[in-house]
Amino acid sequence: MKPRRKITGIASVTLLLSLAASSFILHRVDQLRPQATLDEVLFLSSPTVIQRASLGYDGLMACIYWTRAVQYFGYRHHYHAASYNLLAPLLEITTRLDPHLIIAYEFGASFLSPKPPQGAGEPQRAVELMQYGIQQNPDNWHLYYDLGFVYYMDLRDYKKAAEIFQQGSQLPHAHPFLKILAAQMAQHAGEYDTARMLWSATYENTQDKQIKENAIEHLRALRVDEDVQHLQEAVTRFGERTGHLPENIAELAAAEHLPGVPVDPDGQPYKLTPDGRVEVRVPDDFPFATMGLPPGYTPKPTLRDYH
Amino acid sequence: MSPEPIMPSIEILGLEKTYQVGFWRKRPKQALRPLHLQVEDGEIFGFLGPNGAGKTTTLKLLMGLIFPTSGSARILGREWTDPAVKAQIGFLPEQPYFYDYLTAHELLEYYAQLSGVPGKLRRQRIEQVLHQVGLRDVQGVQLRKFSKGMLQRVGIGQAILHDPKLVFFDEPMSGLDPMGRREVRDLMEQLKQEGKTVFFSTHILSDAEALCDRVAIIHKGEVLRVGAVDDLTSSVRGKVEVIWQGSQIPASIKALGAECHVTADMVRAILDEKHQDAVIDALRRERLRLVSVTPVRTSLETYFVEKLRHAETTAGSIAGGA
Amino acid sequence: MKTSIPHIASNTFREAVRDRVLYNLIAFALLLSGAAILVGQISIEIEKLVVINLGLTAVSLFGVVIAIFIGIGLVSKEIEKRTLYTVLSRPVRRWEFIVGKFFGLAGTLTVNTFFMAIGVFAALFYVSHRFVRADALIFVALYFIILEFLIVCSLALLFSSFSSPLLSAVFAFSLFVIGSFSEDLRNFASMAHGVSRWLATGAACLVPNFSAFNVIASIAHEQPVAVQLILQNTLYALFYAAMALSGAVLIFEHRDLK
Repeated sequence: MKPRRKITGIASVTLLLSLAASSFILHRVDQLRPQATLDEVLFLSSPTVIQRASLGYDGLMACIYWTRAVQYFGYRHHYHAASYNLLAPLLEITTRLDPHLIIAYEFGASFLSPKPPQGAGEPQRAVELMQYGIQQNPDNWHLYYDLGFVYYMDLRDYKKAAEIFQQGSQLPHAHPFLKILAAQMAQHAGEYDTARMLWSATYENTQDKQIKENAIEHLRALRVDEDVQHLQEAVTRFGERTGHLPENIAELAAAEHLPGVPVDPDGQPYKLTPDGRVEVRVPDDFPFATMGLPPGYTPKPTLRDYH
Repeated sequence: MSPEPIMPSIEILGLEKTYQVGFWRKRPKQALRPLHLQVEDGEIFGFLGPNGAGKTTTLKLLMGLIFPTSGSARILGREWTDPAVKAQIGFLPEQPYFYDYLTAHELLEYYAQLSGVPGKLRRQRIEQVLHQVGLRDVQGVQLRKFSKGMLQRVGIGQAILHDPKLVFFDEPMSGLDPMGRREVRDLMEQLKQEGKTVFFSTHILSDAEALCDRVAIIHKGEVLRVGAVDDLTSSVRGKVEVIWQGSQIPASIKALGAECHVTADMVRAILDEKHQDAVIDALRRERLRLVSVTPVRTSLETYFVEKLRHAETTAGSIAGGA
Repeated sequence: MKTSIPHIASNTFREAVRDRVLYNLIAFALLLSGAAILVGQISIEIEKLVVINLGLTAVSLFGVVIAIFIGIGLVSKEIEKRTLYTVLSRPVRRWEFIVGKFFGLAGTLTVNTFFMAIGVFAALFYVSHRFVRADALIFVALYFIILEFLIVCSLALLFSSFSSPLLSAVFAFSLFVIGSFSEDLRNFASMAHGVSRWLATGAACLVPNFSAFNVIASIAHEQPVAVQLILQNTLYALFYAAMALSGAVLIFEHRDLK
């Protein structure tokens, strides 16, 4: 039995060492690769070719591509990447393989049109994706909502948005808020309440965690924007009344008869700069805020960009 | 180096094999009970038993193709798993099958390489072996074109190719025509002449009887008896069968220790050869009509059948000489 | 000490040749010459691109299919046909048998790839009438393809050491597909938390990683390959094959040959 036991021992040790070594090298290769070769997540970028190549297993392939799209976005978003070049093709392939995968359109509406690092900055492709979705699923009001959303938020085309919401509201099972949104577009375009309503609707109507989180971030940012706008007006009033700027935010709050020092959605008090600007304490916590940020502030990308 | 010239070729020390059978609920199935056996240097040893008795299991254990549940063995004085042992033994499996894309020459060349036959000896050795097993004109013919008997000959050839000290043959005669059997017998005799040890399994007893110095009888994974062919058959040897008409058994014949069976109008008695004359005298005295006197067939087969029947009736409770 | 590995390897190679495995070269040659002629008529600019992409992809896929279909039978077929009895009753240790089989198959594939490579270069010459420096990159792609074969061979052998040919084929082919998507698995692992992270990381280390070997597309665009990547890929392939072979040896070493 002895020679056999020896070989068993040697083979076991070799197995474990090789496993450790190959895992280690795999890690190194991964670090090496983006520099060595182009990102080839999409070896094939034509949806038609992929559809042919999937040999009729479109559903499964759609799931694979959908997972890839989510991972691709999640991974790059995590590192505040400055571009998402593959997001649009991935979503296009996914929806071509499975045109009824509504979540993919929703995802596209939320992340395809906003500017980087929050999205791919491709509102036109988002619109095309939604239009394709509507063409494939004409009875699904969600897609009208998503399309209107893109027109409103990123293209700022309120007239078009109103039109789309109106169309959607006429579908058999459409949610009543589509009608309200359509009406809102005419008079209150660009107001915080309208945006809040849209984001709340997004939050409530999606199952996707990432989309939900994104909606919450936007709602938080909306509150910051609104607060800062009001406080900034108060600062101006204070200056007009007294001829000088308030010392700090507490003085401003007292002058305005506020119940306490105003705080941001995280409970951090707003601060007042010596030149009279109202700012949030931690700008990085509000990636979507457009106001209350230090001059020239941009969120720092941590992932190197290869495109 | 043992000073003893008669070191045993094979010593099997309680080799035992239990398989786990069944897919869901595993049940143990004992293929071989603890086996003890010793094969002396230079003898032809027959391993006899009906199909499924455990002959092939034993050979596969010895060749290291399967692993024993317990026990060990020594071959040519070394631990049986020692790779050095394998260079000195030859093995013919039951119904051998070879790489059928090779010719006999290529196959033997490959096996000679594996057995470490030096390069310059190989060609000569291959020709010699092919001649020995009676394969002529097979140059360039792939083994897929070979008949069963020819494959058997190739199998024997590969087993003796590297001039081993000890050969194991599993059913060497199977698939051979009468001429072939004859030739294999002669070959085995020749191997013995060359001083080699031959261990072969068979269920054909006449082969064993003609060739073997000693045999072991195995049944249901258990060795029933080991011994020289003469010793095993002595209990049924030297007897005669006497048949006479009528149903009467004279007391004088009974006294001789005859074993008598009465049928419709005949009596059949089996007794020692030496009492033959006394019985005939007794029958003449009683005026009984003698029908025949024949010597009982003194074959291993008789012994074998008797032994197996006995084993069946006692449900394998025999200790098996161990 | 003498070893049987080269003898077993060369016999494995001989078996593959006698089983007419190299006939795939004819199909390959037809495919490639057909493509070269057709592409030449369609478009002038991209014909080189198509020849390189198609040629190297075919080299890779043909090889993987051969590796799997020979590899899965290497051990199990010998057990089933009992040809192994007369081999293992000789001074051949079981691990030598496995390693010899591996080298035999790897050798077969290397020879096969060599002939296919000639075909690719011939087709390339046919469409562009000359070779440029960047064409040397094709050697890197071919080298990576051979590394990939080493991994596939070792896996096929591993499965063959305990499973029937049909199941082995299914296992090996699934792993090949999973291995081609293994990057996604690792991305998932880096984003997951808790138990699923551990599981995904473990799985990512166990399944082969083929994505780093596929440089065909970038080579077709004449993008250079980092020397570091060549080095690391070599090491990875060797260690991975060693791991799978050790597994095969461990299993085979304890197997009863029915």
